[in-house]
Amino acid sequence: MHLQRADNHTWRKAKSGLASTVAFFSALLVIAPLGLVFFHLLVNGASSVNWNFFTKLPTPVGVPGGGMVNAIVGSLELLALAAAIGIPVGVLGGVYLAEYGSARVNSLLRFLADVLNGVPSITWGVVVYGLVVLRFKGFSAYAGGLALGLIMIPLIIRTTEEVILLVPNGYREAALALGVSRWKTIVHIVMKTASKGIITGILLALARVGGETAPLLFTAFGNRFWNHNLSEPIAALPLQIFTYAISPYDDWHRQAWAGALVLVTGIFCVNVLVRILTRGRTASIV
Amino acid sequence: MDAISGPAIAAAEPQSARRVMTPPSRFGDRAFEWLTLAMAMAVVVLVILLGWELCRGSSPAIRKFGFHFLTTSTWDPVAEQFGALPFIYGTLVSSLIALLLAVPLSIATAAYLTELAPLWIRQPLVSLIEMLAAIPSVILGLWGIFVMIPWLRDYPFPLLKRVFGWTPFFTGPIYGTSMLAGGIIIAIMILPIITSVSREILRSVPNLQREAAYALGATRWEVTRIAVLSYAKKGLFGAVILGLGRALGETMAVTMVIGNTPQIAASLFKPGYTLASVIANEFTEATTDLYLQALFEIGLVLLGTTILANLLAQALLQTMSTTSTTRAVQ
Repeated sequence: MHLQRADNHTWRKAKSGLASTVAFFSALLVIAPLGLVFFHLLVNGASSVNWNFFTKLPTPVGVPGGGMVNAIVGSLELLALAAAIGIPVGVLGGVYLAEYGSARVNSLLRFLADVLNGVPSITWGVVVYGLVVLRFKGFSAYAGGLALGLIMIPLIIRTTEEVILLVPNGYREAALALGVSRWKTIVHIVMKTASKGIITGILLALARVGGETAPLLFTAFGNRFWNHNLSEPIAALPLQIFTYAISPYDDWHRQAWAGALVLVTGIFCVNVLVRILTRGRTASIV
Repeated sequence: MDAISGPAIAAAEPQSARRVMTPPSRFGDRAFEWLTLAMAMAVVVLVILLGWELCRGSSPAIRKFGFHFLTTSTWDPVAEQFGALPFIYGTLVSSLIALLLAVPLSIATAAYLTELAPLWIRQPLVSLIEMLAAIPSVILGLWGIFVMIPWLRDYPFPLLKRVFGWTPFFTGPIYGTSMLAGGIIIAIMILPIITSVSREILRSVPNLQREAAYALGATRWEVTRIAVLSYAKKGLFGAVILGLGRALGETMAVTMVIGNTPQIAASLFKPGYTLASVIANEFTEATTDLYLQALFEIGLVLLGTTILANLLAQALLQTMSTTSTTRAVQ
């Protein structure tokens, strides 16, 4: 009897150890793609990332060399347009959800924002195509920026609301007690206290739309040349990577890898920056 | 500019602790509140815009094809015959493959991160998973085309064919680009989201649960299985459905590896096509109005299915968080 119980106990311990091992290997498998993608980006892309890549235009098929400077600048222009739409709407909308409104309406708005965050990015491309491209008869940087900006809005609303709710109520009460009007309290005290968190949310949203391709396919459309007119089609790094990746030319494949390496590096830099910012925030607020 | 006289809205709703007592009404306050309200209303406008634009863009096609659009499988732009069944089939099958692969891995990883792993390993792992989530779809697709597909074609696919070749799912020639490859790449895309949402769910399980199980002499795994995982069942299901919503809408990476052929075939080695990738591929090539309208209608179908999945997921996640918090309070 005693012996049996001891055996049973060993067996249960062993089972527990086995489960932990299986879970550990699952975790390894989950992060394996990250390592593999990084490894191959470095192996295939590093040799083509050079001075020319950041300064030259793409070359025609068969002509080696060339770069993606127009796509890099184009992506930045699109991000600036998206930011001009997404940041004011997102941040102020988030302020409303955290500071004003009734609980019921706000939970509905929150819910809608979550639903919007789950909408596939390509549908935004289709919507902006119908809204802008068809109406103004042409692909344009404006259309691409709008598509990205619309994707940013619900993302920023949610992150802004979350960090503003973290600001202790005592801050608001102290300001109001001094006779500061409510909106000034919100702007100068609450938003300022939460500014790091708000910026974090904005950066994450920018990093997210910076890698988006699907909503740009038929809005910004892409361009092999320089374009400084925002009502014309414009190049973007993810679009260029896609075009090159599905092309049959080795030169272009190399450029696609290089572009991907640059894009991923940019996105990861933003993520690291965010990590540094959030470390400061948790320390200061809590 | 200072105090505007008139009915003070001072009594307005001090419902929750975070809402501070409303100070005397001022112009600046009113203006700011209206401004932020207008911005918050953007989400309502966006939802309406999505529905409206897609319905408007596709209404002629809806009128022309009616319900047949969803049940016929001819996709012939030249003859102007449009049936979306192959795309619906491709989307569902590739998402199903993705879930089959991703769900066990994600939930096991989430359990590892909250219950089983040594403490020092948890935060670095979480950071790595967040980094995986940050990789853009198009880059995963690039990797899929040039690294994953050749590898799949040379090693796992022939093996699958040898072992499971007697089933209809693993027959026929192996090209590499295939429904199975599409499913695998979607699985990689949805691993991080299912893992991190599941992790949040497991973390919200009250410690009392664990302590009770430990007090009865349970081992670590028994605590995880009995006290944590089964307690969080509903929430985990919500996480899975949320992942499904993402899987249905995945575009770039899938488009690059699934083969883009509108056909309904039992074999997973055969190329397929999804709702999102047909839009990505053919939208700019749509030469006739009807073709474009059919693609708008595909967008509408895609939007409908992803929103349905998201609604279900939100409902499940919400019940989870309320039950867990109320029980934690008790």
